[in-house]
Amino acid sequence: MPAMETATAVTTLLLRGKRFEVRSGSTLRDAIRKIGLSPEAVLAAHDGELITDDRILRPGEEIRLVAVISGG
Amino acid sequence: MKCRKCGEKASINMRQHKLALCREHYLEWLPEQTERAIDHYRMFGRGEKILVAVSGGKDSLALWDILHRLGYDADGLYIDLGIDAGIGYSSKSRALCETFAAERGLTLQVAGVEQEYGASIPEAARRSMRGRRKPCSVCGLVKRHIMNRICRDQGYTALATGHNLDDEAAVLFHNAMTWAGGYLARQAPVLAATRSGLARKVKPFCRIYERETAAYALMSKIEYIYEECPFSEGSSTLYYKDILNRIEEDRPGAKLQFYLSFLQAKEKGLFAPDAAGEAELHDCPQCGQPTSAPEKCTFCRLWERLAPAGTMG
Repeated sequence: MPAMETATAVTTLLLRGKRFEVRSGSTLRDAIRKIGLSPEAVLAAHDGELITDDRILRPGEEIRLVAVISGG
Repeated sequence: MKCRKCGEKASINMRQHKLALCREHYLEWLPEQTERAIDHYRMFGRGEKILVAVSGGKDSLALWDILHRLGYDADGLYIDLGIDAGIGYSSKSRALCETFAAERGLTLQVAGVEQEYGASIPEAARRSMRGRRKPCSVCGLVKRHIMNRICRDQGYTALATGHNLDDEAAVLFHNAMTWAGGYLARQAPVLAATRSGLARKVKPFCRIYERETAAYALMSKIEYIYEECPFSEGSSTLYYKDILNRIEEDRPGAKLQFYLSFLQAKEKGLFAPDAAGEAELHDCPQCGQPTSAPEKCTFCRLWERLAPAGTMG
């Protein structure tokens, strides 16, 4: 019997027009690190509300990241 | 994660304070913290006339919003630097400041560098040879001059800027890396008006993380310019902020401790006054602002030595 492939559930992180697909089920903090960002340098929003980074990512949802560090 | 005050869903977690808050309680907490800093460092009192330097960014607009909510008499100053860079950077940020002020019935003063002095910041930098690639030093010089001039001419007793803890920690890191004694000795939440003509400068957000000012702006629905100044790309400030945030990730509170310990060490006399002493200041014969230069101030000399338009690359 051929092995069946299981589709991996993903969550999308959006930052400055870029889309990052990460595995759902992890914390937002881990996902932010995974895409190479510092959790200290961004805020995250879902449905227009800020969320904390202990949030467990759900399949199919989109989280908007807001960069908070400016260099001026 | 739940709000420590009401148990509702938290909107922000501040690991350095071990404190999570919902939107409603965060919007109370940050103004309280700002007022504590104003009182603690004796920045200014009620009844004083304050000028807030606003750029259209999250920090300065959040600061102006908070000072207004706290009941301080605070006007805004926007300096139009004439930076376009293909995105209309200055015109966009100016419009945001004007809308912000109009919505709250606040007074915004606007000073246009090109209109007043004949060249935008990028053009002045190019023609003066003082920063042909990066106009940041010219920009800083011009902004300091205009801010001081307006404070002096219009009777503002303090100039408030939106510098946050990350800004202060990055500058401190940079100056500690080079043991820039003079700069270290001068870095403080309040720069006193040492003589008439030099406005007192205050930084009410000096203990507030940049992440927190951004969260306040977002939660308050303040519209701010999200784009970076086009000239800040690759700046040392961004580099040091990134390093400090990596440390903060592993050690929550490291940035705050770094800055506050520095202020305490200064108070205990760790940084002796410069052996050469403070530079003697006199009034510039042209503009009347205090300067340590032998004759005219650096600002006046900058505009004098601008090459004619169109002759520089």
